[in-house]
Amino acid sequence: MGILKTFALGGVHPEENKLSSHAAIEVLPVPKQVIVPLGQNLGAPSKAIVKKGDKVKVGQLIAEAGGFISANIHSPVSGTVLKIDPAIDSTGYRRPCVFITVEGDEWDENIDKTDTLKAEIALTPEEIVNRIKSAGIVGLGGATFPTSVKLMPPPGKTAEFLIINGVECEPYLTSDHRVMLEKGKEIMVGIQILMKALKVEKAFIGIENNKKDAIAYLSELSQSYQGIEVVPLKVQYPQGGEKQLIKAVVNREVPSGKLPIEVGCVVQNVGTALAVYEAVQKNKPLIERVVTVTGKGVKKPSNFLVRIGTPVEQLIEAAEGLPENTGKVISGGPMMGKSLTSLDAPVVKGTSGILIMEKEESGRKTESPCIRCSKCTYVCPMGLEPFLLSKAAKLGKFEMAENEMIMDCIECGSCQYTCPANIPLLDYLRLGKLKVGQAIRNRNKK
Amino acid sequence: MDNIIVIAVLALGGLGLIAAVVLFFIASKFRVFEDPKIDEVEEALPSANCGGCGFPGCRAFAEATVKSAKENKSIEGLNCPVGGNDVMQTVGNILGLAVDATDPMIAVVRCNGSFAHTPAKVKYEGATSCAFAHALYGGEGGCQYGCLGLGDCVAACNFDAIHMNPETGLPEVNDKCTACNACVIACPRDIIELRKRGPKDKRIFVSCVNMEKGAAAKKNCEVACIGCSLCQKACAFDAITITNFLAYIDFNKCTLCRKCVEVCPTNAIHEINFKPRKPKPESVPEKTVVRKAETVDKEAVPAKEQIEKGDTKAPDAATEVKEDIKVTKE
Amino acid sequence: MNKFTISGSPHVHGDESTKKVMYGVVIAMIPAVLVGVYYFGLDAVRVLLLAVAASLFFEWLIQKYLIKGSLTINDGSALVTGILVALNVPSNLPGWMVIIGALVAIGMAKMSFGGLGKNVFNPALVARVFLLVSFPVQMTSWPKPMPITDGLVDVITGPTPLGIVKEGLGNGQTMSQLSTELPSYTQDMVGNIGGSLGEVSALALILGGVYMLWRKIITWHIPVSVLATVAIFSGIFWGFDPEHYADPMFHMLTGGLMLGAIYMATDMVTSPMTKSGQLVFGFGVGLLTILIRMWGAYPEGVSFAILIMNAVVPLINKGFKPRRFGVKPGVEVKA
Repeated sequence: MGILKTFALGGVHPEENKLSSHAAIEVLPVPKQVIVPLGQNLGAPSKAIVKKGDKVKVGQLIAEAGGFISANIHSPVSGTVLKIDPAIDSTGYRRPCVFITVEGDEWDENIDKTDTLKAEIALTPEEIVNRIKSAGIVGLGGATFPTSVKLMPPPGKTAEFLIINGVECEPYLTSDHRVMLEKGKEIMVGIQILMKALKVEKAFIGIENNKKDAIAYLSELSQSYQGIEVVPLKVQYPQGGEKQLIKAVVNREVPSGKLPIEVGCVVQNVGTALAVYEAVQKNKPLIERVVTVTGKGVKKPSNFLVRIGTPVEQLIEAAEGLPENTGKVISGGPMMGKSLTSLDAPVVKGTSGILIMEKEESGRKTESPCIRCSKCTYVCPMGLEPFLLSKAAKLGKFEMAENEMIMDCIECGSCQYTCPANIPLLDYLRLGKLKVGQAIRNRNKK
Repeated sequence: MDNIIVIAVLALGGLGLIAAVVLFFIASKFRVFEDPKIDEVEEALPSANCGGCGFPGCRAFAEATVKSAKENKSIEGLNCPVGGNDVMQTVGNILGLAVDATDPMIAVVRCNGSFAHTPAKVKYEGATSCAFAHALYGGEGGCQYGCLGLGDCVAACNFDAIHMNPETGLPEVNDKCTACNACVIACPRDIIELRKRGPKDKRIFVSCVNMEKGAAAKKNCEVACIGCSLCQKACAFDAITITNFLAYIDFNKCTLCRKCVEVCPTNAIHEINFKPRKPKPESVPEKTVVRKAETVDKEAVPAKEQIEKGDTKAPDAATEVKEDIKVTKE
Repeated sequence: MNKFTISGSPHVHGDESTKKVMYGVVIAMIPAVLVGVYYFGLDAVRVLLLAVAASLFFEWLIQKYLIKGSLTINDGSALVTGILVALNVPSNLPGWMVIIGALVAIGMAKMSFGGLGKNVFNPALVARVFLLVSFPVQMTSWPKPMPITDGLVDVITGPTPLGIVKEGLGNGQTMSQLSTELPSYTQDMVGNIGGSLGEVSALALILGGVYMLWRKIITWHIPVSVLATVAIFSGIFWGFDPEHYADPMFHMLTGGLMLGAIYMATDMVTSPMTKSGQLVFGFGVGLLTILIRMWGAYPEGVSFAILIMNAVVPLINKGFKPRRFGVKPGVEVKA
C-alpha cells in the first residue's frame, strides 16, 4: 500500500473498539412518541410552524429555518402534535421540542419511497442547493452545519475540490462505515450531485485504513464515475477533523481563523452525501439516520436506522438493554461526545452513536500537578499549547489565551487524552473559548 | 592605606552628591502636577483595590472623585461600597461636598437548592468551575437555573465573605461582605444579587431564580418558586412582580412586613434576622421534612419554624395551591 | 441503577501517567547505577541508599508537617531526584553531606518553589552545585575506579580526566604530553575513569538514554543539540590548536556531559516545552559548558551551564512557539 497519507501535526491513537462494524443496519420500528428538538443544528434554532393538535405526515415541514444559518425540520412520523414544550436533550438542558404522538406511518405523497437507484441528476446546481435547503439537510458528521450554506461559497471564493469524509476516526462509531458498505451506490450519486452543485470536477473520499472493505468497495464503484477518487488514510485521531482531512488529502492548510473554502475545498460527511441523494432524487427530507449503539457491556452492539426524535432509551432497548454496571451514556464517540443526563433525550440529526460506558471506565482519574512534559503540545493537531491555554483560561487571562490562538482549538481532546497528570485540559480550554468568543463578539458589535 | 579609604569615601560620596543634585533638578523640572487632593482622598480609601466602585483600583477612584468634584461640583454616582458611608463622608469632607448616605448593600445568594432539597440525579466529574459546568449541563439536581456548587463565587471574593457550606452545597455570605460585586459577576447563572442590607440587617428575598413552569421547577427542587402569585396577592406594597413563573421582591419597595413569607407554599421566600414568630396553637400537616443538614442553613429556619409552630394561613395556602397546580408526569 | 456520570469529553484516557514517566527514568538509570557500583564498590551503594532515603524522607516530612498537603512520595519524582543526587557526587562523599545534598535538592530546589512541576532549577544540580561550593575538597576528591571484582580495597583518590587536562594546560604542558596520563576512549566509554558515581560510563548512560527515547520519555532534541554543540565548538578550537585544546571526542565522553545531556538537561520540568526551544536550550548548555571548561576556573562546567540555561527557559518558552496549523511562518495572523 505504501505510506498512507495523514495530517501534519500531532494526533493520538486511542483503542479503536469498532465492536459494531459487522452489524448490518437494522431498521428500528417507529416509536410511540417522538420528541423533535427545535435546535438541532449549528446556528439559530428553528421556528415551529405547527401547533398542538395538528395532524402531520412523515416528511411534512414542522419547523422553518430560524435565520441564515439554520435549517428546516420535518416530521419524522405521522400522527398528532401533542405539545411544544421544553424537554431534555443532549445539551443537558431542557430545550423547546415538538412532541408528536405517533399514529401509523403515512408518508408525504411527494416522497419516493422506492429503493431503486436513480443515477440521473435532472436538477440545475441552483435547484440542487434549494432542494437541499428545503430538505433541512445538515452535516451528519456531528457538527450539524446547514449543508446548503456550505454549498454556496461567499463571493470571491470558488470551490476546487469536494472532499467526502468517510474517515470516522472516533473509536466505537461505525455508522458511516456501514452506510458506505450498504449504500455505496447511492452515496456515489450523492457525491455527483454535490459536485454538480459546487461546480467542481474532482472529489476525494477519505477513508481510514481500518475500513478496508469500505475502501475496496467504494474504489470499485468509483471506477464508473468521473472525478471521484478514494484516498485511504492512516488510522490516527483526529483524521476526520475538517482541517486535518484537507491537509491529508490535498496537502493544503486552511489558514487560521478561516473556513475550508479559503483553500478551495468543501468537506461533507458521507452520511450527508447519502441524505443529499435521498433529498434530491427521492424528494425525501432528513427524517432518519443511522445511529450506532455500542459499548463494552452492550449485549448486541448494533447500527440502527432510526427516525429523528426517537428517545435514546428505545435504541438501547433494541440493543438488548442497558447493562447493569453502566456508568455513563454518551451521545457520540468517546473523544468528543456529550454525556447524557437522561435516557429520555431524543436522537437528533447530529447523533452519530450512543456509547455506553461501564462504571469502571466512567470516572476521571485524580488530578496531579503538571510536570511540564509537553506531551499535550506534541499531540495537538493545531499546533497549540494546551497547558498554557488551559492555565490561562483557569486564571481568567482571556486576552492571553486569545493571543495564543485558543480559538483555533478544534476541541478534539487529544491533549487531555494524553496528559500523564490527568489534568482536565479540555474543560478549561472550552471555558476559555467560550469567554474569548464572547469577548470577540462584543468587540465586533461595537 | 588611609589614603585609599579617604579617596574611596570622597569619590563615592562625591558621586552620590552629584547624582542627588542632578536627580533633584530633573524631578522638579519634569514633575507632573497632580492635585494634592487625590492623595488625600486615596488615603481615606480602604486600599482594597477590589474594583467594586467600577474603577481599576483606589487611586483611579480617587482621581475620578476629584475630577467629578471639579467639573460637576458633586460626586453623585461615585461610591465606594467597601468603605461605606463613613469613607464617603470623609471623602466628601476632603472635597468640601455634601454626600448622601447610601443604603449598605450585601450579596444575597438566591438559591436554596441544597443537596437535601435538590437530590442529585447525576454525578459531575470535571473541572471545578461553575462557568464550565454551566456550559456543560443543567445541574446535578436537574434544576438548570440553580447553584452548581463549584465555587466560582468563593474564588472571586477578595474579602473572605463567601464560603461553600459542604453540607448543603450552597455558598453562604457572611458579614464581611462589602458588596463589591465580584461574586455577582462570577456566578454564571446570576444567582447572586446585591440587595439592601436592611434596617438591623433584616431582609426578605425570594431564594429562587428558576424560570420554568411551576410543575417542572417543583419536580427537581422542593423549595422552588412555582410562580403561583400568592405572594404578589399578599403584598400590600406592590413590591412583588412575577415574570416567567418567578417572583421577585423589589427591595426598595419592600417594608419587611413578612406577609409574603407566610403565604409561600414552597418556602421559597426567606426572611433573614427576624425574631421568630409567635407560635399559633393549631397543628399543621407535615409538609416539609426536617433534615439535620438544613439546620446549618440559617435562612431556612425561620420559615420552617413558622410552619411547624402552626400558622392558620399556611395550610389554606397549601390546599389552594394543590388545586391550582396540576402536576403532570412526563 | 447507578447515577450517570456527567463530564466533558474526552471520556477516555491514554495509559500515560506521571508515575510511569518517573519510574521509566529510574529504569533508564539502572545501567549507570550498576557501573557505578561495579567501579566504586560498597561506597556507591551507601551513597545511593542514603540519597534516596533522605530524599523520600524530606519530601514526606515537608509535605506532612510544613505544607500540610497531600503526600506524593509515591509518584516517583523524589526517587528520581535521590538517584540523580547520588549519581552526581563522588562515591567517597561523607554521608552527612549526602543527606544535606538531598535536603537542598528536595527542600530548597523543589518544595520551596511549590513542589512538583513548579521548580525553575534542576533539583539534583542545585544540590550538586551547593555541595561543590560548600565542600569543595570533599566534592573534588575523586576515588579511582576499582572493579568490585578485585576485592574490597582501600580507596585511592585521583583527578578526573578533565582535571588532569585543566591542571596540565594551566601548568604549560601540551595535550600530547598529557595524553599519556589520560585514559583511552574505551575506558571513557566503559567507565574506568575517575569521576562522580554516575558520570563515568558514557556507554551505560547512552543505553539508558536510548531506553528513554524508546519509551518516549525524552526526545532527541536536547541530548543531540548539547553533544553536537560541544563537539562542534571544541572541534573548532582543537582544529586550530590541537596542542592546547582537547579533542571533541574527549570532551563528549568525559566529565558530566553525558549524564547532564541525557538525564539532567532533559528534565521535563526545567526544560523548554517546544522542540525548537529545546534545540536552543541544548545549544546554550553546550556552549556554556565549553566556555567554562576552556576558560573558566572549574574543570567541569555542565552543572553550571544547565542551571544558567534553566533560568533562561521561561524566555525560550515565550520566544519559541510550536508550528501553528494554518499559519505561515512570518505571516502575522489577524484575529
